[in-house]
Amino acid sequence: MRGHRALVSARFRALLQYRSAALAGLGTQLFWGLIRVMIFEAFFVSSVMSQPMELGDVITYIWLGHAFLVVLPWNVDRELQTMVRSGGVTYELLRPMNLYNAWFSRAIALRTAPAMLRAVPLLTIAALFLDLQAPESPEAGLAFVISMIGAVILSAAITNLLNVALVWVTSGERLTYLAPPFVVLFSGNIVPIPFFPDWAQTAIRLMPFSGIVDSPFRLYVGHIPPSELGFVLAHQLIWSAIFIVVGKRMLAQGLRRMEVQGG
Amino acid sequence: MPERRPGLWGAFVGVARRTFRKIEALKGVSFTIEEGELVGYIGPNGAGKSTTIKVISGILNPDSGRCEIDGLVPWADRVAHVKRIGVVFGQRTQLWWDLPVIESFDLLRDIYGVDAAEYEKTRNELVERLNFESLLNTPVRLLSLGQRMRCDLVAALLHKPSILFLDEPTVGLDSVSKLAFRDFIREINKDQKLTIILTTHDMDDIEALCNRVIVIGNGEILSDGPLEKLRKEIAPERLLIVDFVEENAQISDVGARVVDHSGHRAKFSFNPEEISASDLIARVTAEHPVRDLFVENPPIEEIIAQMYSENSL
Repeated sequence: MRGHRALVSARFRALLQYRSAALAGLGTQLFWGLIRVMIFEAFFVSSVMSQPMELGDVITYIWLGHAFLVVLPWNVDRELQTMVRSGGVTYELLRPMNLYNAWFSRAIALRTAPAMLRAVPLLTIAALFLDLQAPESPEAGLAFVISMIGAVILSAAITNLLNVALVWVTSGERLTYLAPPFVVLFSGNIVPIPFFPDWAQTAIRLMPFSGIVDSPFRLYVGHIPPSELGFVLAHQLIWSAIFIVVGKRMLAQGLRRMEVQGG
Repeated sequence: MPERRPGLWGAFVGVARRTFRKIEALKGVSFTIEEGELVGYIGPNGAGKSTTIKVISGILNPDSGRCEIDGLVPWADRVAHVKRIGVVFGQRTQLWWDLPVIESFDLLRDIYGVDAAEYEKTRNELVERLNFESLLNTPVRLLSLGQRMRCDLVAALLHKPSILFLDEPTVGLDSVSKLAFRDFIREINKDQKLTIILTTHDMDDIEALCNRVIVIGNGEILSDGPLEKLRKEIAPERLLIVDFVEENAQISDVGARVVDHSGHRAKFSFNPEEISASDLIARVTAEHPVRDLFVENPPIEEIIAQMYSENSL
């Protein structure tokens, strides 16, 4: 455990150094956030039917989404990609740690450090100038925080599965480029999930991606009452367990067939 | 190993149908190493050296055979086994690229679960011995090769392993660094009875450090024993090089083969079993006045090369 904590911490600190990327990301997220807010405002003004969420909640949801965008498993640890390609995985296997667990620790750092760099300034700006509302209630706020922890775990589990895919050089790498857009769409980041057509709702709610940002945000705005936190966590943790088990199996298989280069 | 037929057609066929060629990387490699030995493990490229090292470190799972290190089977008890070994790969660093050296060390301490006080003592001793206190706060990516190698050595020793593997550790090092490296290795081997296995292409390293050399070729062991034994087996002959006062002196049969004779210098190749160096010198100097002479072993490099080519490697 000590080793894993140290790994998370080291990777976290290393990722915090990427400030210019965060700054650029901040600018992008502000820009796109404003556009989406405008779209939804127009939508609400011109719509005749009642909507699943109120405009104020939608705006808050949008800003939360942009602040925490990088919590989504939208990228993999590219350092691992280089490592696999260069044969550096050898060194990873020389350490007295389970390889999957070690990579999971890295994934946790990858899903939190960049998010902190972007979320703190963005949420501050959004709260001051852009109609980001406070949580519906203190319970809602607490539920939000707890569900975000679950979200990070789930996202790390998905990220780590993609990390493991990198062991299959080329074909695995392709997967790591294809998966993110898929994830982003079904996470509620383009359109909040309640706005998807009714026939799609059940399917999307069952999928793991909604657990990463949609559920925590809807807890925040009160669209999901705090009493349902248990369901949200269960959804997140069951999916996490599935991704972790699959990931571990895949890694074991991948290592067995991996050609360790050099003679 | 997947195989692909050459050419464009081969590439298309390769997409449809994958054929695999079985390569026996190691066949019948067998040896025992006692605690405290400093063994050289050499062979031509592709001989199976790195494969052996990877099997021994528990990274690769062999198809057959037995391996036991300090009572553990490497690939079966990987985590426990790996805590007792240290590895330095000359071509790659095990340190974290963007972190300062000291943070890499601290991280390793946590990963290997070393007691904090012990770690500090070990680290300070090593840092002092290898003289890089000033580098501790530098990120690894800014170090020169010689500096990085020292850090990698320390990193491999922080958890006090009982066995140290060195894979091409002196590649790219300048002469000063190489000599310092050899001194250090000799020292830790002697003082701490640390078992060390060295694979390298640098025969000077082997000559300077190893009293036992295992030669592997084509996945088999070609020779195992002291360097002297290797010499006797492959190239028992020595060279006597004489600078005569006269040019083109007439040399009668002195019991040695004249390998070269141009101008003042003559080279004799002789077998010390048949005629001793001193006898030969006596015979040669008896005939003509001599300005200078020296006795040489054929360079170990040539001996090894000969061995490799004899086994058509």
